[in-house]
Amino acid sequence: MREYSYYPGCSAKGLAKAYEASVLSVFQYLGLTLHELEDWNCCGATFFNDIDGYLAVGLASRNLCLAEKRGLDLVAPCSACFLGLLKAKDKMENNTEIRERVLKGFEAAGLKYNGTAKIRHPLEVVINDVGLDKISEHVTHKLEGLRIAPYYGCQLVRPYSDFDDPMYPVSMDRLFHALGAEVTDYGCKTRCCGGALTGTVEDVGLRLNYILLHEAQRSGADCIVTVCPLCLFNLESYQKKINKLYGASFNIPILYFTQVMGLAFGIAHKKLGIEKAIISPEHLFATV
Amino acid sequence: MEFKREIKYESELDKDFAHWITSLPAGEKMKECIQCGTCSGSCPVSVYMDYTPREIIGMARMGFKDEVLKSYTIWLCASCYNCTVYCPMKIKITDLMYELKQRAIREGYYPKRFTVPVMAKEFFKMVRSAGRSTESYLLLKTFLKSNPMKLLSMTSLGLKLFKSGRIGLKKEKIRSQKELNTILDSILQEES
Repeated sequence: MREYSYYPGCSAKGLAKAYEASVLSVFQYLGLTLHELEDWNCCGATFFNDIDGYLAVGLASRNLCLAEKRGLDLVAPCSACFLGLLKAKDKMENNTEIRERVLKGFEAAGLKYNGTAKIRHPLEVVINDVGLDKISEHVTHKLEGLRIAPYYGCQLVRPYSDFDDPMYPVSMDRLFHALGAEVTDYGCKTRCCGGALTGTVEDVGLRLNYILLHEAQRSGADCIVTVCPLCLFNLESYQKKINKLYGASFNIPILYFTQVMGLAFGIAHKKLGIEKAIISPEHLFATV
Repeated sequence: MEFKREIKYESELDKDFAHWITSLPAGEKMKECIQCGTCSGSCPVSVYMDYTPREIIGMARMGFKDEVLKSYTIWLCASCYNCTVYCPMKIKITDLMYELKQRAIREGYYPKRFTVPVMAKEFFKMVRSAGRSTESYLLLKTFLKSNPMKLLSMTSLGLKLFKSGRIGLKKEKIRSQKELNTILDSILQEES
């Protein structure tokens, strides 16, 4: 049985509760144990970097100190957290000025940082540590006929992670094939959803999401599947507004990749947070 | 008819600003920028910008401080890192945008109720004091200070999210706030 440290990130306790529920359920089902990092703090996301680059590294890498102590690989499902932690580690390695200042801070607080924590994303973990063959064996409800637009977004694949191509990744595509689903040719798979722009500069944010939804529909997808809380929030919550603004009629369910895995494994919908969706995906799985 | 000079001459540029940006770890390579425009071409929001990322790099390294810091461009960057991955000279453009945003916020180069810096500051305050962010309060505080109408337009969505338990009134916080303060205060002290 494999064990990992788990970094939920702030969204997992709020908007992305369904992501956390499905990650935990699927990992347990696959015999992977997650230990929530004791008293973890926010990764800083993008906004902390708008204010102070040094503090952003100090904030994120406190979590790396905690993970080092435990000695297990650190699994971070949220793309912003995944990137925030990788970025902090990169700056600690390659920017002497930042490293020295942050290390002084850790010293003052009695923390040790060696830079040994390994940051991993659950998508990469299930593919590399479990393997697609094993995953196929676990499938009890083949997702035959389900057409998925795989949406990777930005921060999972750019700029630090190296487990897949930064512009045309295929890990999720391969995973969904292993679950028996169809994957559509989705040209926007790494096009930006705008992150916080839907809140801050709404017209631009809505336009970006309109493009993503439109292209998914054009590719013949029944649903869009993502790896990131903010991508899911943008694509799902603003569909009504986008329909009004662009005279469209989107009603596309947006799911986390772990929810799709759980459905193929026959895990109860409740344990995957399916009922938390604003656009219910239930009709897609009625026949599964 | 009269000719009006709209470009700046070298003597009118801010040399200190140019020196500052090109001495940053993220800015050192700016001098090698060949102005190819790959950053602008790969940027999903460059069509909504007043200056494209290529222009910002060209202007910033020459010292067009006011134009760069007053530009809409820096606030539109959503950190998708397309430019960083594609840049043939390996310039960390997204990180440069962060540096410019930080400087603009420090020096007050933005309209008072403009949502991007307001949200960044609210997020910073919340995480600095509680160790975590709580989405419901972040949105509430940000829009009360920047755009209260937006809150009204979000009521129906907010209710749905509340009903499904995705937003709530509980504030997330860490137990080791003292430890976090020690770390961040020490880093700040070193900075000043």
